[in-house]
Order: sequence, then C-alpha cells, then structure tokens
Amino acid sequence: MTFFRTLVAGLGALAIGFSAHAAGGSKHAEAPEGGWAFASVPAGKLEKDSMQRGYQVYKEVCASCHGMKLLSYRNLGEPGGPFYDEAFPNANDNPLVKALAAENEILDPIPDDSGDLVYRPARPSDAFRSPYANEQAARAANGGAYPPDLSVITKARGHGAEGQGASYVYSLLKGYPDPEKIKTKEGEDGLNVNYIEFDKGETVGTLTQPTGQYYNPYMAGDVTAQWEGDPRHLPYGGFLAMAPQLPDGRVEYIDGTEATTAQMAYDVAQFLQWAGDPKQEARKKLALPSILYLILLAVLLWFSYKRIWRNVAH
Amino acid sequence: MSGHESTYKPASGFTKWLDSRLPIVRLAHDSFVDFPTPKNLNYWYTFGGILAICLMIQIITGIVLAMHYTATVNEAFGSVERIMRDVPFGWLIRNIHMVGASMFFLAVYVHMFRGLYYGSYKAPREVLWILGCIIFLLMMATAFLGYMLPWGQMSLHGANVIINLFGAIPLVGESIQSWLMGGPSVGNQTLNRFFSLHYLLPFMIAGVVILHIWALHVPGNNNPTGVEVQEVEKDTVPFHPYYTVKDGFAIVMFLIIFAVFVFYAPNVLGHADNYIEANPLVTPSHIVPEWYLLPFYAILRAITFDLGPIDAKLLGVIFMFGSIAVLFILPWLDTAKTKSMRYRPVAKQFFFGFVVACLLLGWCGAMNPDDPIIAMGKDKLVVNYTDAAGLEGSRTFEDYAPAAEFRADQQASGATASMAIEKAGAFTFKHLSQLMTLYYFLYFLLILPILGLREKPKGEPDSIHKAVLGNHAPVAAPAE
Repeated sequence: MTFFRTLVAGLGALAIGFSAHAAGGSKHAEAPEGGWAFASVPAGKLEKDSMQRGYQVYKEVCASCHGMKLLSYRNLGEPGGPFYDEAFPNANDNPLVKALAAENEILDPIPDDSGDLVYRPARPSDAFRSPYANEQAARAANGGAYPPDLSVITKARGHGAEGQGASYVYSLLKGYPDPEKIKTKEGEDGLNVNYIEFDKGETVGTLTQPTGQYYNPYMAGDVTAQWEGDPRHLPYGGFLAMAPQLPDGRVEYIDGTEATTAQMAYDVAQFLQWAGDPKQEARKKLALPSILYLILLAVLLWFSYKRIWRNVAH
Repeated sequence: MSGHESTYKPASGFTKWLDSRLPIVRLAHDSFVDFPTPKNLNYWYTFGGILAICLMIQIITGIVLAMHYTATVNEAFGSVERIMRDVPFGWLIRNIHMVGASMFFLAVYVHMFRGLYYGSYKAPREVLWILGCIIFLLMMATAFLGYMLPWGQMSLHGANVIINLFGAIPLVGESIQSWLMGGPSVGNQTLNRFFSLHYLLPFMIAGVVILHIWALHVPGNNNPTGVEVQEVEKDTVPFHPYYTVKDGFAIVMFLIIFAVFVFYAPNVLGHADNYIEANPLVTPSHIVPEWYLLPFYAILRAITFDLGPIDAKLLGVIFMFGSIAVLFILPWLDTAKTKSMRYRPVAKQFFFGFVVACLLLGWCGAMNPDDPIIAMGKDKLVVNYTDAAGLEGSRTFEDYAPAAEFRADQQASGATASMAIEKAGAFTFKHLSQLMTLYYFLYFLLILPILGLREKPKGEPDSIHKAVLGNHAPVAAPAE
C-alpha cells in the first residue's frame, strides 16, 4: 500500500508539473462566466445558435485576414456542425449550406475547358475561401505579420484540457485594454506613439505600444523592451499585430442578439471550438456508453474472479 | 515452466494430426492455459497482460491510420486532421493511437518499477529482464519516430533536438546525424524514413515480446515473496482460468482510464504546440518531449559542466544513455540474495526514494532549468553604465525608484546606461535535476551493490504457500 500511495502522490505531483509546463509571461485565459457548456461531463454539447452567430462573426470580421484551410463549407451542415439539418443528412444538399457557400467567390482549383482558372461562387464541397493567395501576400497586407490559420487554433492553445483553447480565443478577443486607457504622446521622432499606464499592485509604469502593434495581456510574448518601470514586475502578455476587432456592434446579428464585445468573442470562440474538432459531439456522445460498458464488464469480471478464486488462498 | 509435463491431449482427429506435425496448439495450451503460475501474484503483476493489450491496440490502430496518412511535409499535418474529420470514426482511431502511446508508457513504467521492487531481474531471470529493457528502448524509439509524423512544431523541433544529440558523439556523430536526417536538415526525406521505421519497429517489439514471454516461461513467474516455486501443487495455479480472469479484470480497469482520456481529454497528454504546423523558421520558446521521456530529458539537461576532455553536451548524452544502459547490467549490480524488497527493510526505503527521484526528474524535465523552486532573497536591479570618458561601471539597487533616478542621472551626464535584473540565488530545477540524477545513478551503482552485502533480510517465508496462508491469518490480505 505504501508503494501505491507513493506512486499516486508522485503522479499527482507530476500532473501539477505538466499543467505548468508551458507557463510563460501571458495571463491565464479565463472561461466565460459559468464555463463552457461543451466542456461539461458526461456529454457536453456545443451551443448551436452561438456557433451560428460565431460563423457570422468569422465570415464578416475574421475571414478578411484569417483562413481556415482545413474546413469545407459542407462541414457547416454535417452532424454536430452549426447548420446541421436532420432533413439533409448529406450536407451538400442542404440549401442553407449551399447559400452560405455561394456567398464566397473562390478561384476554381480546376481549370475550365479552355484551361483558364476562373472565379466562381463556392459550392459546399469547396474548402473555405482563403483571404490571401499565399503567405507573402498575407504578410504584405498585414505589416509583415502572418495571420494564423484558424482551423485548429483552439487545439493549438492552452494545455489540451477541453475548453482551454476556446477560453484563450475568448479572453484574447475581449482582453484588449480599454481604449480610454491608451494615451497618445509625441515620440522622439516627432510621430505620435501610444502608451498605457499601469498602476496596479507592483506593476507600476508605462508600456509603449510599437507602431502597428497592440498590447494584449493574453498574448504570449515579451514586453521588456517597451516597459518603462521596474523590470522585475512586467505586465502580463505581449504585442500582436491585430488591432481590437470586436467593438460593440461590429456585426449585426441575424438572430437579433445584441452584439457586445463579450458576446461576439464568446460566439466566435464557440464556432472555432467546433471547427478545431468537428466530431467532438460524436466523441462525447460515445463516451458515457463506452465507459459504462467497460464498467459493467469490469463488474462481471470481478465476480467471475471472486468465484473462480473462492477456494484458493492467495 | 520447464520441467512441467505437458497436459495437452488433442481431442479431435484433426488436432491429433496437427499435433504430430506442428504442435502449435500444444504450445499455446502449455503457455497460456495450463501454465503453472504462483498463486500469490498481486495486481502489480497484471501489467504484463495490460502491456500486451497496449501493443495490440497500437498496432491495429496504427495500421488503419497508415492507410489514410500522407507522409510529406506539405500534407502530413492536414492528413492527420483529415483522418479526424472525414474518415469514419477516424477521430476515435487517432485518439486511441495518440493516447495509447501514453498509456503504453504508463503501464511499462509500472511494470518496470514492479520488477525493481520484487527483484524480478535476479537469477534466473536476467535474460528476461534484459529483453524487457530492449523492448523499452524500442518503445522509446518508436514513440519518438511516431511523434514526428503529425508534423507539428514539437514534432519538428523535438526531432531536431534529439537528432542533434547524436552529433555530440565523437568521430561518428555527424555521420549518424545526417544518416538519421537523410540530408543536411530535417525535411521531407526525414519524415519519410521516420514513417517507414515507425511502421517497422512495433513488429520488432512484437518479436522481442515473444522472446520475453519465452524467457518468462522457462524459469516461470517471480512473485511478491521472491521465493521460487517449490511444490507446483501447493504453490501454483494454472494460468487459465485463474490469471486470465484476474488479468482480464485489471485490463478492463486500465481500459476505463484509457477511455476517459480518449473521450474526454485526448489532447491533455500532448503539447498544444503540436497543433501548429511545423515551421523550420520559427522555434517554439520551450521545446519539451512527451511526458514519458521527460525524466531522461532532465538527466540530459542536468549535466551542465565539462569533465576533463568531455564537454557538457557529450557528457549529458552519456548520462542519458547511461541511465538506460545501467538497467541492462542491473542483475549483476544488485548483490542481494533476497529478491523481494518486502523482506529488505532498508532497501525498500531506498527504492521508494528512487521512485520519487524518477518522478521529480520528470517534473524537472517539464520545467525551465533556470526557474527557481526555492528563491533565496529578492532579485536586485543593476544599472550598467559607460560614462562620457568611456569608463564602465555598475551599481546595484534594491528598489526601482533610486535605480531609475541613477540611470537618468547618468544619461543626463552623457553616459549610456541600462538596467537589468540581477537574479537572487535560488535552488532551481537544474539543481534539483542534478541531485536526482546523482541519486538515480547512486541507487544502481552504489546503494544496491553495497546494501546487498550488508543488509539483513527480515521475515522471508520458506515457500509461497506458507506466505499465502500467513497472509490469511488475522491480518487482512493486501489489496486483492
């Protein structure tokens, strides 16, 4: 038993170690109040209406810079997707999905009869429209920064626990400092520079925003060079080339929901959570039956074991 | 067990015919049905069966994944995602394979600690133990190769780190390095050969597993008392149904834990950076291997000093490989006659210390070596300046305000001045990993050899059946 206890204690310590292994200088992402419904046990579900609104935010805001190359429009209408309709088991037949696809002009990957590549409205079978022809074009349009592909962004952030990636997206999008806190002064070269003053706790000082860069406490990075203050108490976070994108009312939701910053961040995080793992609902639906089956099997085996060994001292 | 008469009697005409030509059914019967097994094996002994299941799961899911995977640098990342999105139940197969690697290592570590505790490596089971060590090495190689295949950031940069280690070997290092990479750097050709080898090695593991079981069945199982079987009738039970049902129960319990990870937290044992497609131009800020290799990674990084003509990098590699090599000679390092640590009160304490050392090494492997565990004092601020006359100097401050004032004064007088942090002394992860590495090697090279000669065993029973009956006296049986 001592062996067992030591092992358990050790594994516990190890687990704590892992959960901290990527701890950097950025602020820990927070889940929305009440947590994510999809992360609940035993069979969390994505909120369908929120995902639909999230798609609208992606389409109207994010998609102008960020691609999602691992998704096709048909995915939107597949089981577990934001526009799944039981009447259309094949998402390619779903008129809503067809209409959503057709809103996008794409360059047909297959040449026409005369060998030319032509633009046409997308079909459900097409991959999501890419905002730029290539990485160079994307960088040229964004001051040298490359807007990352968002297909699996929710899996590429956090520590792999369900919902951490969505919390990151949610926190980052609504985590930009209040615009009123950002002040402007004349820099040494005569051009205006933006700066933020910090006065909480030991983090006292001024953070200068480099031109074309925006401070966000949830962004991984290093602000040492821009920090005028005690270097032992740096503010959390770093800079990114994306300006705050979701001021209140940035989109007008089709379903009439009020488009606050927090609401839009929540919805688009929900949508990206689905996009990162479109089969997650199927996964969670199968979870409890599989585990219950194994538990039942274990119980049967336990009684078989007790019966078979009943006359053997061991 | 050798010397045990075969009890197999072919029943039908066909099995009689087959038995005189290829006695394969007899072999199976003698190995897995009527094989005499000590009756006192506890649940720590079920991990062999669990590992066999793990290997089968990995091979079956792996074969299916290979049908859909594309091993090119442009498509590997997308093809793994496509498996999870478009292949029917591809998400399940891929999650099982990915989580399965972790579960395989979890089980193998328990299995190895079990062997260390009950002295299962001692005569007459040295070959059995060495074959196990070979399986462990092959497993690590397979896992490393497989981690490359999703072509994420950790795949690429982790592979770079490991391959560079071989470069530290004198004379042949660089050749090995370029042979592994198949070119001047990790690229498409590396991914292709890693995929090929990742498919090959599991079958080599399966081969060595057969030898491992063969080597087990010659002397028979060790058991928690470490006392050899004396009377087959009294000390043993047939493997089937006694251990098929007990192993079966343990396997299903293990599968429940497995399933919880597969369905609820498939990514928690991996690293999020591996969902960023590999990019040779961007290095992740913190490269770490998968959790099961962390203790060895910690040993590698613990060596930060040169030793004579050997530089720190090579010495680290030597220590890392040495930590596995020492397992191969363990049967001859441990001088104790008593096998089980149940009856070795002093060795037992050192063993638990060893388990803790391994876990702490895993922790160190995951952390930044320079991060403090226990800080001694406060970080200070130091202002370095070069005044107008070109004289350099520095001053140290406790607080920010006077330091900033001093810097401003210097700058006002025409000097260049900058502020930096002077880290307070601390007990860091590097120190912990050095201590634990020291203990790791002391345990094998000093403690076990010396203790075996000096320690007085206590309470070792005469036979298995006496131990079993003793167990069932007033004192409750262990967790069976």
